[in-house]
Amino acid sequence: MSGITSALQHHHKQCDEDFAEAEDAARKGDWATCAANYGKFRTELLAHFGVEEEVLFPAFEQRTGMAGGPTQVMRGEHVQMRDLIKQMDEALAQKNADGFGGAAETLLIMMQQHNMKEENILYPMIDQALGQDGEIQSRVTAGLNA
Amino acid sequence: MQPGLSFEQAPPISVPFRFFLTAPLFGMAAGLLLLWQGPAALASRWTSAALALTHLLAVGFMLQAMCGALLQMLPVAAGANIWQPRRVTQFTHAGLTVGTLLLVAGFLFETAWFFRIAVPFMTVSLGAFALIVLIALFRTPAQGPTIIALRIAVFGLIVTITLGATLASSFGWQLALPLTEITHVHAAWGLGGWSLLLVAGVAYLVVPMFQLTPPYPAWLTRSFSVTLFFLLAAWSITWLPLQRPDGFQVALACAAALLAVVFAAVTLRLQAQRRRKVIEPTLLFWRVAMASLVVAASAVIVQQLNPGTEDYAGTPFLLGVLLMVGVFMPVISGMLYKIMPFLNWMHLQKIGRPGLVVPNMRQMIPEPRMMMQFRLHLAALALLLGAVPLPWLVYPGGVALIASCIWLEWNLVVATRNFARFSRELEERLAQEQAPSS
Repeated sequence: MSGITSALQHHHKQCDEDFAEAEDAARKGDWATCAANYGKFRTELLAHFGVEEEVLFPAFEQRTGMAGGPTQVMRGEHVQMRDLIKQMDEALAQKNADGFGGAAETLLIMMQQHNMKEENILYPMIDQALGQDGEIQSRVTAGLNA
Repeated sequence: MQPGLSFEQAPPISVPFRFFLTAPLFGMAAGLLLLWQGPAALASRWTSAALALTHLLAVGFMLQAMCGALLQMLPVAAGANIWQPRRVTQFTHAGLTVGTLLLVAGFLFETAWFFRIAVPFMTVSLGAFALIVLIALFRTPAQGPTIIALRIAVFGLIVTITLGATLASSFGWQLALPLTEITHVHAAWGLGGWSLLLVAGVAYLVVPMFQLTPPYPAWLTRSFSVTLFFLLAAWSITWLPLQRPDGFQVALACAAALLAVVFAAVTLRLQAQRRRKVIEPTLLFWRVAMASLVVAASAVIVQQLNPGTEDYAGTPFLLGVLLMVGVFMPVISGMLYKIMPFLNWMHLQKIGRPGLVVPNMRQMIPEPRMMMQFRLHLAALALLLGAVPLPWLVYPGGVALIASCIWLEWNLVVATRNFARFSRELEERLAQEQAPSS
């Protein structure tokens, strides 16, 4: 797949790695490793949301005129995932393994079903609407690597 | 119509939950029937009790939970919106529950009029369900191996219902039909064409998702469901009473069973490569299920290659236990332990507002309780398999099955009650927040 969204799809997978390490470390009470991996994961995830919300979704909405549709639903899910990130921040600060694990598990499923909807439905729509828009593509890449 | 991508399309939480809370009750009934029958349950697959037992598990437990999960899952995972979700689910649940009771009563009491009511009842409710789901699956813009597997699975369900209705009609109206042949084909589509393909379609999504495993290899997802479908279809045709090319039939059955082994082995291998290291009940349930599938499908191959084993009555009991208690009940339990906590959390989100902390998934069902049910279920599986050489083990096996289903039911009740409690608490907190400003 060579559309604009292929970088984002790849990025989904990359976020998973750091997540798994952080979750395992919290379970073992290894809070230093947990903090390091969770920090990486958190940065990646928020960068991903940022690129979608600030670059990709507005471009799609402008091109198609679909402002209240799927992109709005995805923004709502981003809000829910940010809430879970906040819960994980607090659990990490308090070294609360149960709280961290519970919020992590919820975030994992939320994130995976969210990715599934994006990859199966929204990204193909976006690729179709935006085609090979070079400018957007470079802004997406820049945002993910920032 | 644009896909909504939203849970707004999904029915209220009470709708899927009623399927999930009903399923274990039929599992308990199956355990009780085992205790009542004792070793006689193993005597033959054709006794009234054996048929009642099979349908308590296959329709009462499995189909009940599968319908609830499919209705819930379609809008989210497949972007497929169900027509009139609320009415369809209520109608399906009622039809399925009453239909199972009628069917089982018909077998146990050998009374024709139970079948005469059950046939139109189940054909209409399940047939409508299957058609509506199939239409939704063909209208979705989503693509991929899961959608293809689900479409074939629902087609398999339609074949199963049609043949089941034919069989039940022959009991209801004393029609002269080749019952043995139709039963073989009915069972193969129910377990292979519908249940296994549904599990495969769901597995492509959730195995990587829950455990962060590599994705299923494309050669498998591309070919598995279509190949299994054609093998089943060709095998079914060999049962037509024109002539019986025995060797060809055996070859097709073995090929289908081998395919199931491959699917299970690939799943086990993927799980071994998972990046998520946490061991939790859902993972364990899936692993037991896939190991049982390897054994069950291998047993089918052995049985096919040794014609004499068919006469040994323990064979169908062994296969039935392996497939229903070993494969499908564990997958379903494992899935319910993810689906119900996640739905709880999801629906609680709707009550609250952004920023208000909602209890997370782990707070819905305590993990030690899920582990306990896993152990009970494993005990039930081991004891019931042991009953094949040692028939008296059917008594402790039946007790363990009942215990596992009671435990499952209680865990699901706990999840339901926690949802009610957390909703109340959230509403109170929202009310308190609003009070000072007004």
